[in-house]
Amino acid sequence: MSATAQRRVRVLIPVGLGLNCEAETAHAFRRLGVEPELVHLTDLLTHRHPSRISDYQLLMLIGGFAYGDHVGGGFVLATRLRAHLAADLQAFLERGGLALGICNGFQTMVRLGLLPGPVDGPHDLVPRADLGPNDQLGYRDAWVRLQADSNSPCIWTRGIESIDLPARHGEGKFLVGPDAALDELEERGQLALRYVDDAGRPTEIWPHNPNGSPRGVAGVCDRSGRVFGLMPHPDAFLHPWQHPSWRQHPDPPSSRPLGLAIFEAGLRAAAELV
Amino acid sequence: MVTRIEIGTRPGQTDSRGLAAARRIREHLGIAIRGVRTRDVYHVEPALSEAQSRCVAEAFAGPVLQQGAIGRIDDGPFDVAVSVGYRPGVTDPIGKSARVAIEDLLGLAHDETRTVYTSRLYLLTGVDRKAGERIASELLANEIIERISVQSYEQWCASDPDLTVPHVIETAEPPVETIDLELDDAALGELSRDRLLALSLDEMRAVRDFFRRAGDDGRRRTEGLSGQPTDVELECLAQTWSEHCKHKIFNATIHYSESGGTTETIHSLFKTYIRGTTETLDRQMREQTGSSWLVSVFHDNAGVVAATDRHHLVFKVETHNSPSALDPYGGAITGIVGVNRDPFGTGLGSELLANVWGYCFAPPDIERELPPGLLHPRRIRDGVHHGVIDGGNQSGIPYGRGFEIFEPRYLGKPLVYCGTVARMPVTVTGRAGHEKHPRSGDRIVMVGGRIGKDGIHGATFSSAELTEESPIQAVQIGDPITQKMMFDFLIEARDLGLYSAITDNGAGGLSSSVGEMAEMPGGARLELSRAPLKYHGLAPWEIFLSEAQERMTVAVPPDKIDAFIELARRREVEATDLGQFTDDGQLHVTHGEKTVACLPLAFLHDGLPEMHVEAVWSAPRAQRFRRSEPPIDPLAGAELAARFLARHNLASSEVLHRHYDHEVKGLTVVKPWIGVHRDVPADASVFQIDHESWVGYALAEGIFPTYSDIDAHAMAQAAVDLAVRRLIGAGARADRIAALDNFCWPDPLPGPGKPDALHKAAQLVRACRGLSEACLAYGVPLISGKDSMKNDAVIAGERISIPPTLLVSAIGLVEDVRRAMTLETGSRDGLLVLLGETRDELGASEWAEHVAQQPSSVPRCEPLAWAERYRLVAAAIGDGLVRAAHAPGRGGLLPALFRVARAADAGLDVDLAKLPAEAETGWEARLFGESCGRLLLVIDRSQEATWRRRLAGQPVEVIGELNSSGRFVIRDGESALVRATLDALTAAWKRGCSKPATNDGARAEEKGERR
Repeated sequence: MSATAQRRVRVLIPVGLGLNCEAETAHAFRRLGVEPELVHLTDLLTHRHPSRISDYQLLMLIGGFAYGDHVGGGFVLATRLRAHLAADLQAFLERGGLALGICNGFQTMVRLGLLPGPVDGPHDLVPRADLGPNDQLGYRDAWVRLQADSNSPCIWTRGIESIDLPARHGEGKFLVGPDAALDELEERGQLALRYVDDAGRPTEIWPHNPNGSPRGVAGVCDRSGRVFGLMPHPDAFLHPWQHPSWRQHPDPPSSRPLGLAIFEAGLRAAAELV
Repeated sequence: MVTRIEIGTRPGQTDSRGLAAARRIREHLGIAIRGVRTRDVYHVEPALSEAQSRCVAEAFAGPVLQQGAIGRIDDGPFDVAVSVGYRPGVTDPIGKSARVAIEDLLGLAHDETRTVYTSRLYLLTGVDRKAGERIASELLANEIIERISVQSYEQWCASDPDLTVPHVIETAEPPVETIDLELDDAALGELSRDRLLALSLDEMRAVRDFFRRAGDDGRRRTEGLSGQPTDVELECLAQTWSEHCKHKIFNATIHYSESGGTTETIHSLFKTYIRGTTETLDRQMREQTGSSWLVSVFHDNAGVVAATDRHHLVFKVETHNSPSALDPYGGAITGIVGVNRDPFGTGLGSELLANVWGYCFAPPDIERELPPGLLHPRRIRDGVHHGVIDGGNQSGIPYGRGFEIFEPRYLGKPLVYCGTVARMPVTVTGRAGHEKHPRSGDRIVMVGGRIGKDGIHGATFSSAELTEESPIQAVQIGDPITQKMMFDFLIEARDLGLYSAITDNGAGGLSSSVGEMAEMPGGARLELSRAPLKYHGLAPWEIFLSEAQERMTVAVPPDKIDAFIELARRREVEATDLGQFTDDGQLHVTHGEKTVACLPLAFLHDGLPEMHVEAVWSAPRAQRFRRSEPPIDPLAGAELAARFLARHNLASSEVLHRHYDHEVKGLTVVKPWIGVHRDVPADASVFQIDHESWVGYALAEGIFPTYSDIDAHAMAQAAVDLAVRRLIGAGARADRIAALDNFCWPDPLPGPGKPDALHKAAQLVRACRGLSEACLAYGVPLISGKDSMKNDAVIAGERISIPPTLLVSAIGLVEDVRRAMTLETGSRDGLLVLLGETRDELGASEWAEHVAQQPSSVPRCEPLAWAERYRLVAAAIGDGLVRAAHAPGRGGLLPALFRVARAADAGLDVDLAKLPAEAETGWEARLFGESCGRLLLVIDRSQEATWRRRLAGQPVEVIGELNSSGRFVIRDGESALVRATLDALTAAWKRGCSKPATNDGARAEEKGERR
């Protein structure tokens, strides 16, 4: 029953304008039995696409360099989405739509105000945080170890304790004004995913934490846990041979889940909306 | 009117860019600066209202990290303000994106005349104005493309915020000129030089004679043309006949002799040694197996080989040397996004999979007075990396291979190799994906960016000729996002069957893309006044030749043109119908009412007179390596090993390379950096071709520039051999390896100040021979290549020529990427087995450089014998007999052993006396010699009998063992040479490129002066 419902989830992947992770992200959903709909942003922004965002159960903001990350990662795309699709997006969230932002998608969500989102009330699309430049300036592609907050409402990290994923960005330091705000987010379990060191403790130290994000924040969800964004790429770990250590172990390591698990958790929740 | 908005870091937040700038100022310029604050400045024209400006400043700044202000942010004093903005006409991609954001933010309609100009502001503390000027020109800005303004704090306070923007002063469009070629030889030569045509006297005469004859032709008269060329025609011919496009030297008739010997005549190096090699292998393959995996070679933008039922593989490597010397960032980003267009424009269009890059630089710590106009190699290195990082990452293409070579002679010209692998669908809308078929009647459509004066005449313009008023001409700056949007659109159009042919606009712009594509239908009529321009005032010949980036030319059937243009509009990509292909044999170009060029394609493509080149080989003086005593104790040996591993050419550059994405697209299986700590370079990178199949490909390369000082034949063979060995060691199929040749040579044509041109030409002949022999023996077809023949600089009267350099880039099929092989062992044990003989071959080795010797015994290859060895190893790897494999390269066995140990985090114990080696081979040759044909294998003890049987007849021995001691021990029989901890060696190896041992720089310097 739920597997059938899962296959009927409508997944929207906006593409184009400099985004570039559409192939692997689409493949993740296909591996889980869902054919996602890749829709060009120029059609979405101009309402040429026949469906609205609120017709979907799952919105996937993929990685890449929308508008070259000019002005700031995700800024120009977020500005365009807010200008042309604010009402549709709010209707989608109102209905309990699931949304995942990876890397540039996470940056776009933060610039759009989806994350961390308002403390209460509906999504107002007001930015409250920034993803600033990495402390060690520049883009970096290296695998990191992450730990999920087991008390988080985040739907996307359900069933995941610890996971290895590649971090691939130049602007991933999660900043939210005064410290108090971070405390509140932590208390509500919105700091859903952290970079951890070899001992499994959240860390602010490079290279385990690639950007210097306070308290090791790598992924953040909104109050409901249905909207989630993270800097590392679950779309880059869909089979064991993508792990950089696969040749170290004749049998690929099975103790930690694949990035695929994050998509699966989201799909499971989205299936309840079908 | 103009609105100025500043965005800066909010007090209390970290200004990472400022911190990084301060660090570079301290480290690179030795200036004890106290601090740097940075700001982004946006000038919006026409001006926005006060309320609009406030809204923009607030939104651009964001809620936490930054603050914005109209005019200036006032956040306290500083000492010097440095403002860096673009010169007029230089592409400003951030400005373009900012305009889109401002329009959507304010709910404004899209307006072409609205422009946003961006600049950066650095507020320096702890320096005076003079130091500020030095910091600006030597570190923060490149005056070829950027404007600098430096103000003291007092000047800053006393002045209004700067509202000037880099307008292009638009001039009237220059008329088409007719050029008088009825001149004597001296005047013809002068004309070629003055107009930067780069045509020889022979070629100028051929052009003159053609127009003399054509003058009587009724056709020219009806078109209003005379017996003299227009500037459009002359420029088009010069471009089409350039060395860059026609490879005149590779196609020349060469008279080759060795000192005192007889002269041999070679009719085209390209036809004889490059295409000839591939044709021979293609024929052999067809004879043996009934088919060939070569799908399309030598006639399209890139080489194409068969891979799976769904996809062919496409591969191309280019260089972008001169532009990178002038503007490292802009030149390099153009290099990478430019080479992307080659595979993209192959066949009906291919999807890009992976980039490769490699750079040859002078050592970044070189201490030598540099004349004005030449950038410090450290700056070139920083800029080139930054450019290719941005170009590749923003295009969403992972890199597969990257290398750097440091040699003082690259001061004359840095080499910047950039390449791209793509996959081509076997069929596209029912047609073969590798075939183009533009038809007479098809529309000529230019897609992508607009045309400006960018890159006209390439880098031959000197910077001195650039003024504030004239748009930048020498350098193009690639804009990866514009190109990415164009590629996305074109793939969509391809899969809808909306065009019949595609090619890129690279060197020569439209003149080259339309000129080449017109060959198939047999003609073209092009209307230049329709071409979209960045600004007015371009002469028709400039429109025709501009190398403005991010443009492709496509042939669109007339019944598809409306759909094509409509789709482009919808995807926010510019596409313009510029004319149509014809079959009248003419390249016919109009500008408004007037015909500005009418050239028969036959003359354009085949009218070039053949070049003759003299080549005389003088063999190097034989010189023996002077052996030194082995280290007196193993701790001294440890010290020596650490110093060696820290050399520029051997040290780890992992942290730097990680700025390049290597796994976007999700197809990377063996990543560039591997091992327990993921910091050891892989011999080859391995990728899937698509998400649906485990069939993949491996990439590797070989390059040994300094070997050509002894013999370019050995250099070429060593390069092929290493590339092949690496692929074999990665588990590629021995019978499915193809290669690309990229020659970068110092000028081999005689002239004033070039006394050894004949020798350089002979080196070219010998390299081609070596390349061909090795490729024939290994069964490796050359599927694409490129040559760059003018890599010299005359600096203060001294000519610095690069060492003749051949890069061999190889691609091999891997049947199942899950069975790919690497140098990783998976545990801290196993026998270390060396396959292949070590000989006394220290000539031009890293060790010889390290100890400042010039022995002449360069590593020699025996490809005919080794081909069988590689087949045996490939089979053993395929059968699971090998746990890890590594091909020793630069630096020889010591760095190879270190890499295997580091990858496993293991100790090892090796006895040099056990090496399969010629009897008289000394300890240095055994430990550091770069003898080719060798593979270091790690094998389970339990498999010993099996592999000995499988490799029977080969020189192969167990030389030691991995262990879990953490100690790195090398013995020579009874005596221990090196006893080090792996950690100590690792520390030295990682320090290498950031803090090189100082005496290495000095030694390298001596070598630079040697020739």
